[in-house]
Amino acid sequence: MVTIQLGWIDYAILIAYTCFVIGIGFALKRYMKSSSDFLTSGRSIPTWVTGLAFISANLGALELVGMAASGAKYGIATAHFYWLGAIPAMVFLAVFMMPFYYGSKARSVPEYLKMRFDERVRALNSIAFAVMTVFASGISMNALAKLLNQLLGWDYHLSLWICSGVVLLYVLKGGLTSAIYTEVLQFFMIVLGFAPVVYLGLKDVGGWDALKDKLAMVAQNPGAAGLIDKAGQSFPADSWTGAWKPLLAGPASNPMGVDWFAMIFGLGFVLSFGYWCTNFLVVQRAMAAKNMGAARRTPIIAAVPKMLFPALVILPGMIAVALALTGKDGYRLPPKPLTSEIYQQLIPAVNQASTQGLQGEAAYKQVTSAISEKDAKDLKFNSAKIAALVAANKASALPSDKLHAGLQDAVSEVDYDGVILSLVKKYCPTGLLGLALTALLASFMSGMAGNVTAFNTVWTYDLYQAYLAPNKSDEHYMWMGKAVTVAGILLSIACAYFARQYNNAMDIIQLVFAFVNAPLFATFLLGMFWKRTTGTGAFLGLFGGIGTSAVFHSLTLALGNTPGAKGGYLGVLHTFPSEMAQNFWMAAFAFIVCFLLTFGISISTSRTKSDEELKGLVYSLTPKLKDDHEPWYIRPAITGTVLLAVCVVINAIFW
Amino acid sequence: MGLDIRLPIGLMFSLVGVLLLIAGKVYDSGVMRAKSLGINIDLYWGLFLLIFGLWMLWLAFRNRRQAEKK
Repeated sequence: MVTIQLGWIDYAILIAYTCFVIGIGFALKRYMKSSSDFLTSGRSIPTWVTGLAFISANLGALELVGMAASGAKYGIATAHFYWLGAIPAMVFLAVFMMPFYYGSKARSVPEYLKMRFDERVRALNSIAFAVMTVFASGISMNALAKLLNQLLGWDYHLSLWICSGVVLLYVLKGGLTSAIYTEVLQFFMIVLGFAPVVYLGLKDVGGWDALKDKLAMVAQNPGAAGLIDKAGQSFPADSWTGAWKPLLAGPASNPMGVDWFAMIFGLGFVLSFGYWCTNFLVVQRAMAAKNMGAARRTPIIAAVPKMLFPALVILPGMIAVALALTGKDGYRLPPKPLTSEIYQQLIPAVNQASTQGLQGEAAYKQVTSAISEKDAKDLKFNSAKIAALVAANKASALPSDKLHAGLQDAVSEVDYDGVILSLVKKYCPTGLLGLALTALLASFMSGMAGNVTAFNTVWTYDLYQAYLAPNKSDEHYMWMGKAVTVAGILLSIACAYFARQYNNAMDIIQLVFAFVNAPLFATFLLGMFWKRTTGTGAFLGLFGGIGTSAVFHSLTLALGNTPGAKGGYLGVLHTFPSEMAQNFWMAAFAFIVCFLLTFGISISTSRTKSDEELKGLVYSLTPKLKDDHEPWYIRPAITGTVLLAVCVVINAIFW
Repeated sequence: MGLDIRLPIGLMFSLVGVLLLIAGKVYDSGVMRAKSLGINIDLYWGLFLLIFGLWMLWLAFRNRRQAEKK
């Protein structure tokens, strides 16, 4: 792929940003006096700061590129992750769940589980969470280093180590506080870095109405825009621009291939509430707020920009598809990048075909047969483009960079994750380019710092202090917190290399996390709102839910996939129209089984915690928070209702 | 916590804004202009970032003055 050239101003912006985030870490160093300052911020941060950090920690690089990718593949229906999933879940967290997290004085989500249930539930949750954070940051580091390598020609190893080094430096100096403070800076960087790209893209397409018209044409013939896995299919005209109408028309009429029940119950309820209300990575930000009111307002404040984010992260994907349809200025959806090994196989083959004077299909066959079987499996080429390249090379021998570019252009598979950067590349002059790239790095760093700070807290308090070395001095835990920050980053780097080596292994690991996470919200829901829930019920219910996901996955398959890592390896009882539908239904089943099991086992086991012990941990046993004397705009129940109403209006507008 | 995050945010965006303004001057060639649809986006966006940065700085200093009064 032809790499982008950066000017000195681009580098200057990148370096300025790096100096500032490291500087924040050093400026906060003198406030880090105890382990709780380092790991939980000593509960001292203003609300608007925790609020912005709350979304920024979630806005990792994978989220950014992934949402644009989905925007291209599925259109505005991707916004369900926001308007149906995240916003209601964040309001629920603020109004109902935050009082227990914050009020219980727990330092982490697993610690709350210990208070509410017992050590078994805490151990299960904290181990799964610790492993998950390390892998999550490793996967995203690998993705980023690959992207920088393809796009800018930067060395993979160097990008990986330098980026991790910067994160390590500021987290080590200023702990959670510096992670949260830099997340705010990163939030503004991401928004202000990508906004002009979206503006230029939208202007180029001709505005929202023109975009709608073009996406209507895309819907009728997705193959024409280069959406290759949907070639030959066609959808109703509003499939890319309507969030609900295509969904209600059934899985065959929307590009996601999802039915309304899986969407509302599976994604909107189970998965989104499970993520936003129980994942310590985000909840930790709210728990660092300075008082209960501030903690409850954190998700509410976060919900406002979150509601607008689809314009920033999903819209670029939709713009890219519309541009690709018209092929304006030769734009196409970015092809899957070829590696240097594949070039080494292909270029001699092209030269050979040219000397033999092969034409058309014969030239194509000759060239593609040179690819090793392993690489050929998921690589498709446009035969006409290969034949043209061979012919051009015969007429006059092409230089190496032209051959590279020609071969890359002939790849017909789309690299959806490259969509957002293809727009950056297209529209950004020197200067803006540096800003957009810095925004990408910022999103990556905020995601990684989020993972690392959640990991070091859970490790130090929930695993190390709880099981390995209780009753040590605070200095000792402070030391451990720092040591495990270094260890966490080194482990993430190891995972990044692992992910680079074994793509499939990574898919399987992510799948296992999906199994673990799907039932989690049932446990919290019952635990917080039903005092009769017992530790044994919760523990076995969770296992039952995880088992259900595993069995469900082994017996179902998505259309177009072969049995194996994608499911169905014990036999295919049901085939879903898409992987997304399979995931949403899996979550729904896991939730229901976990809920019923926890309920049933709780009823048949005796309670181990008295009402007195559960005070502050369960809804019915906790005195209601009185905030009547506060002005309406800082009361979570009222602002939350307003937010939900706005959300309904937005859903109606993009019906 | 002793650090007002608006201070570094303000400083950084003012700096980046100025850098973009310079880029808008230095790289205002035909090729670069054509990329951003004929708009000198570096200039406009640099100006916006500079204003944003200064606004953040103003908020931070106002806050500090109020704290000192107390």
